[in-house]
This record gives sequence, C-alpha cells and structure tokens, in this order.
Amino acid sequence: MNPLGISHYTATSSLGRGLASHRRALHAERSGLRQQAFETSTLAGWIGEVDGLDTPLASDYAEWDCRNNRLADLALQQDGFIDAVAAVAARYGTERIGVFIGTSTSGVQQTELAYRERDPARDRLPDWFNLRTTQSTFSAADFVRIRLGLRGVAVAISTACSSSAKVFASAHRALRAGLCDAAVVGGVDSLCLTTLYGFNALQLVSADICRPADARRQGLSLGEAAGFALLLPDDGTGELLLEGYGESSDAYHMSTPDPDGRGAMAAMRDALARGGIEPAEIDYINLHGTGTPANDLAEDKAVVALLGERVACSSTKGWSGHTLGAAGILEAAMSLLCLQDGLKPRSLNTRTKDAALRGNVLLESQTAALRHVLSNSFGFGGNNCSLLLGRRA
Amino acid sequence: MSGSTASAANKSTSLDEPTSLDVYVDAIGLAAPGLNDWQSARAVLRGEAPYVGAELPPYQPQRLPPNERRRATPAVRQAFRAAEDAIAQSSFDPADLASVFASSDADMNVLHRICTALAEPGRVVSPTDFHNSVHNAAAGYWSIAVGARRNSTSIGAHDTTVAAGLLEAAALLLDEDALLLVMYDVPQPKPLLDQHPITTPVSIALVLTRTRSSRSCAQLRLAFDDRATSSTETFDDEALEALRKSNPAARALPLLRALAQQSDASLCIDAVAGRRLRIDVTRCT
Repeated sequence: MNPLGISHYTATSSLGRGLASHRRALHAERSGLRQQAFETSTLAGWIGEVDGLDTPLASDYAEWDCRNNRLADLALQQDGFIDAVAAVAARYGTERIGVFIGTSTSGVQQTELAYRERDPARDRLPDWFNLRTTQSTFSAADFVRIRLGLRGVAVAISTACSSSAKVFASAHRALRAGLCDAAVVGGVDSLCLTTLYGFNALQLVSADICRPADARRQGLSLGEAAGFALLLPDDGTGELLLEGYGESSDAYHMSTPDPDGRGAMAAMRDALARGGIEPAEIDYINLHGTGTPANDLAEDKAVVALLGERVACSSTKGWSGHTLGAAGILEAAMSLLCLQDGLKPRSLNTRTKDAALRGNVLLESQTAALRHVLSNSFGFGGNNCSLLLGRRA
Repeated sequence: MSGSTASAANKSTSLDEPTSLDVYVDAIGLAAPGLNDWQSARAVLRGEAPYVGAELPPYQPQRLPPNERRRATPAVRQAFRAAEDAIAQSSFDPADLASVFASSDADMNVLHRICTALAEPGRVVSPTDFHNSVHNAAAGYWSIAVGARRNSTSIGAHDTTVAAGLLEAAALLLDEDALLLVMYDVPQPKPLLDQHPITTPVSIALVLTRTRSSRSCAQLRLAFDDRATSSTETFDDEALEALRKSNPAARALPLLRALAQQSDASLCIDAVAGRRLRIDVTRCT
C-alpha cells in the first residue's frame, strides 16, 4: 500500500504530558504505574493514573466535561498538535480533515457518578448528567472534532483494546476513498470503576505490578492515556510513516485469546503484506503484552510462527499499564519514539522470562537504528490489529 | 486470511486518485416492530400494505453456540436478527465476510446493571456483564457464531451512526470484496431513556460488495451533500416516521424503502456536524 506520512503525534499517560516525558521515561526505564487506589475504589493494585484531570473543561466545552474528555483535551494541548491540525485545516478546509478516535469506555465514569445520585423514587439521574456528550461512544470523537474546529468525517471506533490501533486503518481507507485529505487519528480511555471492578471480576488484574512475559506474571495493571497523530499523504520527505496495517478476528471467545494466536498472526501477516515488508526486515515488535498468562503465551506463539525467535520484542505496558482503548495510539506513539531514537526498549518489570515463551523478549534495552516496527493491539471479542510503522531511510 | 492479504497487496490504489464511493447491495436484513424481516417488510415499505407497529415476535439467534446464546444480550440478539435475515438471502458464506457493526449505544442494559452495582456498597460486577459491555460485543459473538476471522470494525456516531456505518463500510470495501454491515440499537433502561430516547429495537443489515455481480440488487453511491436545499428523507406515514425517529438504526429505513421500491432514487440522511450524506440508489436488475 502507499504509506501515509505521520507529520505530528503526541501522547499523554501516567508517564506525563507529551512526547518529551514519554521519551525520558523510556530511556530512564521509569514506570508510570503506582500502587494506589483510583477514586473511591477499594481494590488493591497498581494503576497508571494521569495527574491533573480534576480541572473542568473550559466553559466553551462545558457540556462535554468528563474525565475522558478532560484527558483528550489535555493530550491535544501537547506537542503543538492543535496548531499543526489548524495549519492542515487551513490548507485543505475543515470539511476535508477526518477524525477517527478509538475508545473503549468513553466517558463511563460520568455515568457511574450519576448512578450514585440516582433518585430511586422517580428512577431519574441527576440533571447535570448528559449521556450524549460524555457516556456515548461517539462523545470522545465528536469532542475532539469540535475542539479542533473540524467538520469532516468523524467516527468513534470501539473494538475494546484494539480501538485506537484500528483508527490508522480506517483513516488510510478514508483517504484512499477520497472521504478526506488528511486525518486526525487517536484514542482516549480513562480510568473508571467499570473497568477496575470488571477486570477484577474476570480475575485478570495483577495484585503485583504488571510483569509482561515474566515467568510469574499474574495479570495486567490498568492505566489511562490519550494520544493523537496527524496523517497526511506521504510527500516523500517526512520521517515517520504508517507503512501497513492488518486486522483480523479470532472467532474464538469473547474475553480469552485463541491460545494458538491465529488471529494475532493473521493481523501481523496482513500488516507485513500491505507494507511489502519481509519478516526479517522487522527490527522490533511492540507487543500487546498485557501481562496476563493467556495473552502473552498466545501472542508469543503468533510472533514466533510468523517472524521466528530472533526479532526483538517487548511490551511497554510495564511503563504505562494497559490503557485499553488508548493502548493502540499510546503504543504507536511509543513505537514512533523508538524509531526516532533508535531504541529497542526492554520489557520493564520482567524479572525472569517465562521459559514457555520462545520469542526474543528483551530483558535489557538495546540501541540500534530502526526502520520498521510492528505494534500489536488485541481486544475483547477477539478483535486484532497490527500496525507497521516505519522511519524513512 | 490469505484472501485479504492478496487483495491488499495486489491493489494499486493511489492516494491521489479518489475512489468513487460506489457499493453494491447483495442482500438485506431487517428487524423492527411491525417489520419482522426483509421479505415481509417490502410490501409495507413500498406502501402496498399498511404499517402496523406490532412487537417483534420472540427470536433465538440460530447460529450462536449454546454457551454464547445463553450469554448474549438483547442488543446482540437484535443485531443477529437482521444479520441472519440478510445472510439467509445472500450467496456468501458469512465466514468469508468482513464486517462493520454500527450502533450508537450498543447495550445500555448492561451498563445500567454495572453502574447500579457500582453504586451499591458491595460493588459486585458480573464478569459476563463486563465482557458484554464492550461496544463490539455483537461483532465478537457474530465472529464466533459464523467463524468469521476477517476484519471486523465496530463504530458509533450517536444519531448519525447509519451515515458513519455506511461510510466505514464503503471505505472498507477498498480492502475487502464483500462485507456485512449491521446497524442496530435497542431500547434504553428507564433512567437512561430520558437521556437518549431509543424506544424500539431495530436492526438493519446489508451485505455489500465492491463490484457489481449478477446478484446485486442496487448500486449505492455515497457523497456528502452540503447544499442548503438538501433535506433529510422522512416518511409521510406518521407511524413509520415515528419508527424512523425512535432508534438511530432506523435512520436507514428511507434507504430500505428505496431498495424495496426497486427504482432509482436519491435521498439524504443525517451525518456528522449537521451535514447530510446523499445516497443515490440505482437499480441493478
């Protein structure tokens, strides 16, 4: 396929606001996970919480105010992203810039808060609650569109933890289809009791900090994040490229990956095929790597079957935790930083690699020039996406 | 998966050459009050039979394995109803089809139960409720039911979900030869009904193809229509118009009327940012 240029990107997570803080954390091997409880949660464990989300949105956007849109707003303000979009909108027109936003739970925390104030006699929620602008799956996408002053195609993609990887694929198709001339892609998912208690009910949360690929890994740590990228037709000069994508379904189980990793392998294989890249040309894989026993084992089988045992790989969820619907964009941003810095990051928090895993999970970070990187994101419902990201030689 | 690899690799689409957003309708599925399936609904949509908004008869998804059937929520069942109706009329094996599942709110009954539980001291969230709470639950159940391993995308765009679903599907046909588009929403539980009055269960499914075949019944050409004179297509029949407004998925009913009439038509539906999506329907047979 023809690549797209990634002219600007940004990310905000528990590692900090904007790319510089993520770059520092990656090089310093500093995790954003902290042993603390979120909001009124009484669950023990480690979470990746973003600081500074207690301030309401500016009055122009008051009806959109909720933790998820505050996080989106904070992330949009980093790395000159708003100005970069404005410049592209001035060139093409606000109707010609598409918005593709991944989210899993959108502003569900607002609904949780509303239910605490539910009037049982009249079965009514408080007047301040607005489902369309907060809870609705579309809220995050529509807020980003309005915040950026755009009037082009806009859609929320919600396929659980692959959501904000798939936005790259949808944007690529929309540009090819002539639906837009440039695209803002991104994702935002914020901490909430629904996911904290929900993943606990499924017994997928680690009491310990998450340790992807570790012999004694117990599960995931939840985090929150938002990130965005500006995609343009490749002009032949930009440094960073979307070179391929692959999407597939497991057709296996709603919340457990296919143990043979067939869906994961199909997604990676399609990403390579679209990019015209041989497995041997992949320099690093940013794994989905949630740290659950089942995910890491199935993904390892897929990686080894398609790319062999030598390609360097790691999950960066030891840094950020699992940011669910934002994992795709956050880990794409981490992968782009690695491409720019020539860094293959280690699997943070991993002490002893699980002997059952045959892939080359890095226990020490390495420096080397990188050209092509795969970033994997897999979600509930057996929904898989793999992105092929590249740096121009 | 080899099929999608080949089609992606062999395609030489250039970003500089806008592809026409033409798609072809291979099969149609429908389930709404008084419109139990596509075959029986056609006469009503053509205006040859009166519309009576009776409740949908009970239904069990035919293709779900017993475990998943037990766990499937009303929204999943509603999505299946139209999907199975469309597949029954299509020559495609559903395992071979990519899919787009478009819903504004998916299953708010699940969210209602979770948020109710979280507001109580024990905070006991059902694991089944939690995995059913994802927006792509219907798509996940579908892929398990029919063994579909291709690309599946689940989207939402509030009351403009039908327009967004059609555009997502049309663009996905650059990568895929054929796909299943399912548009669905179900009634909200009481406290959320005040916020988004979805009062009927509606699902509409289309099997769409990239190229015309002998089985195609119509071509759909999609384009934004920003003329001040364009207006959203409605029904003169009050009950049908009430149905159209009662559920985000029912915004596709004017398109289904045009397909039922089997004549060329041009209509607009509501799209994002107050814009309209024009659909030019051209009969194929």
